[in-house]
Amino acid sequence: MKALFATSIPITPPTAATAAPAPSIVPDFGDGTPTKRKLAIICSKGNLDMAYPGLILANAALGEGIETHLFFTFWGFDIITKSRMSDLKFTMLGNTATHLPQGLGGLPGMTAVATHQMKKQIAEIGVPTVPEFLEQIVDSGGHLWACRMSADMMHLDVADLHGAVEGIISAADFIEKTEGAQILFI
Amino acid sequence: MPVTTVGTTAVHVDAEGFLTDYDEWDEQLGADLAARIGIDLTDAHWRAIRFLRTDYVEQGETATLRRVSMLAGIPIKDLFTLFPGKPAKKMAYIAGLPKPHGCV
Repeated sequence: MKALFATSIPITPPTAATAAPAPSIVPDFGDGTPTKRKLAIICSKGNLDMAYPGLILANAALGEGIETHLFFTFWGFDIITKSRMSDLKFTMLGNTATHLPQGLGGLPGMTAVATHQMKKQIAEIGVPTVPEFLEQIVDSGGHLWACRMSADMMHLDVADLHGAVEGIISAADFIEKTEGAQILFI
Repeated sequence: MPVTTVGTTAVHVDAEGFLTDYDEWDEQLGADLAARIGIDLTDAHWRAIRFLRTDYVEQGETATLRRVSMLAGIPIKDLFTLFPGKPAKKMAYIAGLPKPHGCV
């Protein structure tokens, strides 16, 4: 046996390394360890400018592979109500961040003007309208839930809501569905 | 800027591994990058990747998911199927571009 090894074919000598091999750098897309992170966003406001933060954050979270649930309650119900969702408004009243005299906001037609302007600015940067945004969120795997109490108060049912809303559920149901989630209240 | 070897090519990347030099990329490299993150590129993948490459030259920044969907006509749902988990970042990585910075 020993002789057999001694006469085996010589191994090609290793070539001298001219430079240390570059380390392999691959971004961590989290595929090896699927994220347990879960996000719940409660949308409680129906103003145009208060609808977008929840939608944008939901969209961003979904793009990061995070399970995302949105719960629409009280005034936020307008965001998913078919007859209202395309007609959310922005008012200068009570909003000092416009840096314009508050009295201006109370002038007739000013809310329409401010709304028109904001919608234009939103469209200009390629951000979708509210109904389109809801579609995008659902296509990205997001879940839309409507608040039972709001539906009862406003005498609305599933037929009145965006087609992708998965159900009208109680606050307790939502809390149950979002166990372990990080919660954002808007 | 760190250098890493993809296939047989040495390329410049940022700290996370995204290519930093547009011209160091070619389609073979794209296929190698995809393979590293477990994606076997089909024609459907290539449509998105090629759109990203062309759009980057015109816009100077990496297209967001919405932009790819709207302008390349690929439904968002499909992008999530083709590049599971974090589609916008995965597409950018394979296309040899920086991560997209747009919000939507």
